[in-house]
Amino acid sequence: MKIGHPKNFWGGVMFAALGLMFAVIARGVTLGDKVLLPGYTMGTPARMGPGFFPFWLGVILVVLGVVISISAVATRAGAEGKLERFHRKPLLWVLGAIVLFGVLLKPLGMLLSGMVLIVGAGLGAHEFSLKRSLLLGLFLVVFSALVFVIGLKLPIPLCPELDALQSIGLCRA
Amino acid sequence: MELLHHLYEGFAIALTLQNIFYAFIGCMLGTLIGVLPGIGPVATIAMLLPATFALNPVSALIMLAGIYYGAQYGGSTTAILVNLPGEVSSVVTCLDGYQMARKGQAGKALGIAALGSFFAGSVATILIAGFAPPLAELALKFGPADYFSLMVLGLIAAVVLAHGSLIKAIAMIILGLLTGLIGTDVNSGVARYSFNMPELIDGVGIGTVAMGVFGFSEIIRNLELGEAREIFTKGVSGLWPTWKDIRQSSGAVLRGTILGSALGILPGGGPILGSFSAYTLEKKLAKDPSRFGKGAIEGVAAPESANNAAAQTSFIPLLTLGIPCTPTMALMIGAMIIHGIQPGPQIMTARPDLFWGMIASMWVGNFMLVVLNLPLIGMWVKLLTVKYDYLFPAILIFCCVGVYSINNAAMDVLLAALFGFVGYAFVKFQMEPAPLLLGFVLGPMMEENLRRALLLSRGDPAVFFTRPISLTLLIIAAGLLAIVMAPSIARKREEVFVEG
Repeated sequence: MKIGHPKNFWGGVMFAALGLMFAVIARGVTLGDKVLLPGYTMGTPARMGPGFFPFWLGVILVVLGVVISISAVATRAGAEGKLERFHRKPLLWVLGAIVLFGVLLKPLGMLLSGMVLIVGAGLGAHEFSLKRSLLLGLFLVVFSALVFVIGLKLPIPLCPELDALQSIGLCRA
Repeated sequence: MELLHHLYEGFAIALTLQNIFYAFIGCMLGTLIGVLPGIGPVATIAMLLPATFALNPVSALIMLAGIYYGAQYGGSTTAILVNLPGEVSSVVTCLDGYQMARKGQAGKALGIAALGSFFAGSVATILIAGFAPPLAELALKFGPADYFSLMVLGLIAAVVLAHGSLIKAIAMIILGLLTGLIGTDVNSGVARYSFNMPELIDGVGIGTVAMGVFGFSEIIRNLELGEAREIFTKGVSGLWPTWKDIRQSSGAVLRGTILGSALGILPGGGPILGSFSAYTLEKKLAKDPSRFGKGAIEGVAAPESANNAAAQTSFIPLLTLGIPCTPTMALMIGAMIIHGIQPGPQIMTARPDLFWGMIASMWVGNFMLVVLNLPLIGMWVKLLTVKYDYLFPAILIFCCVGVYSINNAAMDVLLAALFGFVGYAFVKFQMEPAPLLLGFVLGPMMEENLRRALLLSRGDPAVFFTRPISLTLLIIAAGLLAIVMAPSIARKREEVFVEG
């Protein structure tokens, strides 16, 4: 069967899946008498447990997601509803670079992890030149260090976590 | 008289040299980041939030107000020059503003937008000072059931007035509510949805969500679209409109201000509705409606004034009820909480310095925008001509450092990346992410009030229908839903947004 409005269809599927996840985690999973996932206490409406509100919200989200998906099957939307391609190149490079920045920030400091971020994200752009990325990175890292660490005095580690470097005043956040 | 006294008190705080300085810096930074293509006010505020951490709460809020106005104005600038609305509320500004820019009247459009906004902001400031105290008094009479219903109304109003599919917007709100519940439940101490990660026990920060959904996903989006922008920076000189322009647009500014102020007070109404209806009204009143969409100065003046008036008066529900109407307001609440201030009816009596100082600083922020910022606009506009390949790494590193420094948590950067992916999926599925942020802020508040209301009524849900305040609010909410779902109105609504 052909789906009339794939954008809405997959959007609905996403809502339903997320709702299901929230509801199941709140409710917990038991198989026979084996508890696979404990879940949160439901309680009664008068004495609500921590599971009550999220469980029912999750259920509503599942219902809404299913309704969106079902009505998307019946709609004839034509080109309007066609799902756009997920461009993997910018998506993976940019998000990957952000994740690397987060992982490397504490052990390597902002100067180095910032360079990784900028060169990595640069690979996701249309044109990439290593020299340009390195120069831009150098400028931005120094600029950020001046503004955030020296100007605003935010406690961001600048240098790698090495004892030898920690004796340099500027490296201690 | 009391009103004047309060305003005087507020200005005494806002007009210290130090606070004027922060208002100015905030305005400048806000515009600087706000003009960057693809960075709306939400992402701007989230990015600049850490810059206020070192300040005392009053100065921090004043700086935030400056950032808010700067960002809003920066958004209008991109709307006019690049035809890229940073936020839904500046969508209508694009229509005639961009056309004016194409005719070489960009400066005039930017000038009238700033002057109109300033006039609207001044009027709205007085309105806030007059309306907030009685409303806060009313709010003190609200029980948990009333609060719950009020939030339902606010959320319904927000989706009804937003554009796009109603059901998708409601689903988005619910997803937001659920995301807001991540973290420790205050009543039972159970850490919900935190997957044994210590960083999630306190929940996800609003800055993290905003940065991911509105900042990162936008960057990826821009990278895949490539550069296809047409920018008009030539006509930016000559910012001051002539007398003829002012005469021509003064009526539009006045009507926009009135309309915007009134609609801004409604929970959920806010700038979006204000700017759309002001534009529609001008078009209806014009002798020659065909000029609209082709660079009519009223078409810029009216929505920009309305937008700013509404942005200002939407502080009324925020400050008196603690309920945000727009994603930007949701972020402002987040910022206040970071600074240890819980907005709500008690704030006015508990911290009058803060309350009135902030109201006065809104005006100061607005004033700064016209006096100091407008002459500098040519400089910010140059930023628009910088190639995106140079611009986006800068945006990215500021975003990342900003997210990290909210809690000094590297985990937040990873979470923001996750939300960036989610935001990108929303774009692909054509889903407006703004309601998510509203739900996110209201999630814990709604649960808390629902619990208390049902505890007091011993589990009887009738409490929502027997209390008069709650019943009235729910009837309004149901009415709004019914109106939007009525076929004829639904068509009309489509038309308005298609026009927009």
